[in-house]
Parts: sequence; C-alpha cells; structure tokens
Amino acid sequence: MTSTTRTKLEVRQLDAWFGTTQALHDIGLAIPERAATAIIGPSGCGKSTLIRCLNRMHEIVPGARVSGQVLLDGEDIYRPGVDPVQVRARVGMVFQRPNPFPTMSIYDNAAAGLLLSGGRRSRADLDAAVEHSLRQAALWDEVEDSLDASGVSISGGQQQRLCIARALAVEPEVILMDEPCSALDPIATTKIEALIHELKAQYTIVIVTHSMQQAARVSDYTVFMYLGKLIEFGSTERLFTTPQKKETEDYITGRFG
Amino acid sequence: MRATRRRIVDRVARALTLACTAAVLAPLVLIIGYLLAKGVTSINLDFFTQLPKPVGESGGGMANAIVGTLVLIGLACALGLPIGFGTGVFLAEYAHSRLVPTIRFCADVLNGVPSIVIGIYAYTLIVLPTKSFSAYAGGFALAVIMLPIVARTTEEMLRLVPANLREASLALGVPAWRTTMRVIIRTARGGIITGCMLAIARVAGETAPLLFTAFGNQFWHHGLGGPISSLPVQIYTYAISPFDDWHRQAWAGALVLLTLISATSLSVRLLTRGRFRTVR
Ligand SMILES: Nc1ncnc2c1ncn2[C@@H]1O[C@H](COP(=O)(O)OP(=O)(O)OP(=O)(O)O)[C@@H](O)[C@H]1O
Ligand SMILES: [Mg+2]
Repeated sequence: MTSTTRTKLEVRQLDAWFGTTQALHDIGLAIPERAATAIIGPSGCGKSTLIRCLNRMHEIVPGARVSGQVLLDGEDIYRPGVDPVQVRARVGMVFQRPNPFPTMSIYDNAAAGLLLSGGRRSRADLDAAVEHSLRQAALWDEVEDSLDASGVSISGGQQQRLCIARALAVEPEVILMDEPCSALDPIATTKIEALIHELKAQYTIVIVTHSMQQAARVSDYTVFMYLGKLIEFGSTERLFTTPQKKETEDYITGRFG
Repeated sequence: MRATRRRIVDRVARALTLACTAAVLAPLVLIIGYLLAKGVTSINLDFFTQLPKPVGESGGGMANAIVGTLVLIGLACALGLPIGFGTGVFLAEYAHSRLVPTIRFCADVLNGVPSIVIGIYAYTLIVLPTKSFSAYAGGFALAVIMLPIVARTTEEMLRLVPANLREASLALGVPAWRTTMRVIIRTARGGIITGCMLAIARVAGETAPLLFTAFGNQFWHHGLGGPISSLPVQIYTYAISPFDDWHRQAWAGALVLLTLISATSLSVRLLTRGRFRTVR
C-alpha cells in the first residue's frame, strides 16, 4: 500500500457471533478507498460474515451479534445512535444469487432504492438515475427497450447486473459483493469483472470470491481468511507471489481448502 | 428390461394421479350440474327483484336475501380482513416475538371451533345486550370465522417470500417497515388475496352462525341494527319447508349463492392479476 491511498473502511478488533458460535475473531483491516479488495479463503471461514458486518447486515440474522469497530471515513458505524439504514445507503451490497424484485419491472428494480426509501423525486430525475445506473452496470443497451418487463424476465447474468445497477442507483460510496459471479457462466462473469474494473475508479469495492484467479484479475488488495481469522492482508500481487504466512501459501498453491 | 418397467410404473402413477384428480373434481361437477338442473328453471327477473311471497302464493324472489348476504359479507370483510391481515403480518414479521406461538395456537384453535359455537358467542356478546337480532351481530360472527383463515394464510404467504428479497431491500438502505410493506407484502399479494377470497367464500355459505345473530327477514331490512335476510338462511328455511314451490326457490337460491361466490373470486383474480408494477 502506498502512503497516498486513503483508508475508506477500517475494521478494528471485530468479533462476530451467531448465537453462541463465534464466526469472526479479532479482525483488523484497513480497506483502501477507490480500489477493489478481494476476500478469499476456504468455505465457512467467515468471508460473508465479515462483509455483512461492514454494512450492518450481520445483525438482521436472529441471535447474531457484533463487537468491535468498523470505521467508515473515520466514524464508527457501530457507535450507539448510528442508524443502520443510513449506513446501508452508503455501503451497498450485491449478493451471491441475483435477487431482483420479482414483482417489479426492470425500471422499478433499478430505481428500487430511490422508490422504496421514500422522498419524492421527479419522473425526470428517476429516468436519469435509472439510465445512469443501468449504463454504469453495462446493462442499458440490453434492456433499453424492455424497461417495463419483469425484473426476473432476463438472464441470470443480466439479473446480476440489474442488481448491481440497483445498488449503484442509491449512490453508495462502498459496494460489497458476495461471490457475485458464482451463479453465472464465464461470459457473464467476464462482463461483471470488467464492470468491477470500471467501478473501482469511483467506488470502494470489497468482493468475496472463491476463485483465486478472479481475485488476481479484479483486485488491488487481497485478504486471506481462515477459520474466522484474518491470516494475511496485502496487495494482491504481493500476496499471490510472496505469501508471508504458511496457511496463505498452502491455500493459494491449492494444498487445502 | 428396466426401461420397460420404468415406463409401466410411470403409466400406473399417471393413471392413479389422474384418477385422484377426477375423484376430486367429480363432486364439484356433480354439484354444479345438479344445481343447474334443479335451480335454473326458477331463476327469472322476479327472483332478483321481488321479496318472498307468503305461503300459498307462487312466485316471488329473494332480492332481500341477496342484498342481505352482500351486506353481511361486507360487514364481515370490513372487520375480519384488516384484523386478520394485521395478525398475519405480525405472525410472519415478528417471528421472534414470544407472543407469536400463542397467537398462532389461538388462531388454529379458533379455526377449529364449529361455526355454530361462534354464532352463540356473537349472540351472547351482541344480540343479548342489544336485545335485537342484527346485521351487526351476523357480520361479527362471520368476521370471527374469517379471522383465523385470513391471519394464517397471510402468515404462510409472507413466509414464502424468499429471505433474499428482504435482504436486498434492507441492503439498499430501505427501512424495515417499508421493506415489509412494499417488498414482502407486495410479493405475497397474490397468495394473500387468494386467502381472503377463500375466507369470503367460506363465510358466504355459513348458515348456522346466522340463525340466531342476523336471524332472517322476509322483508327488506331496516338499517343494520335489525334482523336481516341472507341467502343461506333463506335457503335453509325454504328447504325444510313442505312446499314444492319453496323447494324450487331454495335450489335457485343455492345456484345464485354459488354463482355469487365464484364470480367474486374470479373477478378479484382478474383485477389483481398484474404480476408486477411499473411507475412509468
Ligand atoms: N445463519 C447462521 N447461523 C449460524 N451460524 C452461521 C450462520 N451463517 C454462517 N454461520 C457460521 O459462521 C461461519 C462463517 O460463515 P460464512 O457464511 O461467513 O462463511 P463463508 O466464508 O462466507 O463461506 P462460503 O465460502 O461457503 O460462503 C461458518 O462456520 C458458519 O457455520
Ligand atoms: Mg459466503
């Protein structure tokens, strides 16, 4: 990390539980602004749990609990009095399975964050926001003529880009992606990866992935996690070429996981 | 050969399921056929516009009973649908509340209470204190019957909405209550409406709880505070009478009741068929 990179999200001494089972142990991490950070590690190591702690989505699971700090631009999002709704508007999320709202049109899906969170907006503003976010998500050309069609009437890859557009439309600062390509074919995956390249000029991106090739392709920094602990964090190039921990080396050379 | 055997098993299974379907549909077809055969000859304009004629005079109609049934169903819906719906939303959305198992159990018990007992309840609660049979008492009894049906189907339908839609909405920074209202409930809308239609169809044909609440009336009702006629009670009265003419009217009444119920559910379905909505 060069000294000029600003930290967008800083995780300090973060523990997370599901009931009595602890899923994250003392995580500390500084996620740089306007860059893509990948989180890799074997299944069940806590990758999803970690990113869900970054926009206060972890706590919606009954019995789930968090302790520690997550600083967004230096402000702790877990400080008492912070509204999780406000945090989620600034830190958006894209899920593993494409999940457009089935009762809404493509247009309404893209505008969902604006339509649902209240506050009146003019039709022209909505149109502009929808077109802008669909263009950012590289979906505009494919759906321009079918904006009134159901959000689930398009292919899985298109649905996932619609979900990305939906997240972008509320103008977040950070976008969390939990294995966004795992339900998609290679062509759709390539499109999403190209998209991540575009988006990281403007947004801070955190992407969980099972594919080390994908991490190497899209990310500037990589986090390796194992058994709920953060094992290693560094620039992607450095982590994949000269891992400093034995577990990291074993994982990236395919000796386990 | 295995393949041949598999084909035979497939044929047998298909024949069996087909037979079961036929067995289910047969009573429906027979009922409709029988009602048509017996009732259609007595249906004429008078039936919809005239009051019942006194014993001995032929002709007359069930205009007051048709209107009465609509009034009673309207009252029952006004009370039963919102409360049942609200309870269902509570059961599904506040699933971690300690009250939920108790409420669900009560709803299930209430669902199993014979409708005549609910009639007695409404009689004690409303008819006795007000010293009068009334449309209110009848509508109240029907509403109580509707409540658990509406509450439980609403709950089940809301539970069927995939959790990832809720998460998608929350992750956009949409508050929880708006997520419930505008994502969860809207996604479950079709199922909830079907549940409400089932509840309406169920109470539209109820006779027992109306006997000593709405009572019955051979004339037009005067306000909702007095006795009111209804199709099921009128059919019942006519069916147990010794007069052929009244028997024919009872068949016609049954046919009208069935048509009324089918027509309502059909039209509600057609009206709410739009699968998704767009602001444009
Ligand atoms: N809803 C839950 N209730 C209880 N325990 C859970 C729940 N979700 C996850 N866990 C546990 O928390 C730990 C971390 O899970 P998490 O989903 O974060 O792993 P992951 O790294 O995302 O795995 P994967 O790569 O398979 O998605 C696991 O041991 C898992 O068993
Ligand atoms: Mg995961």
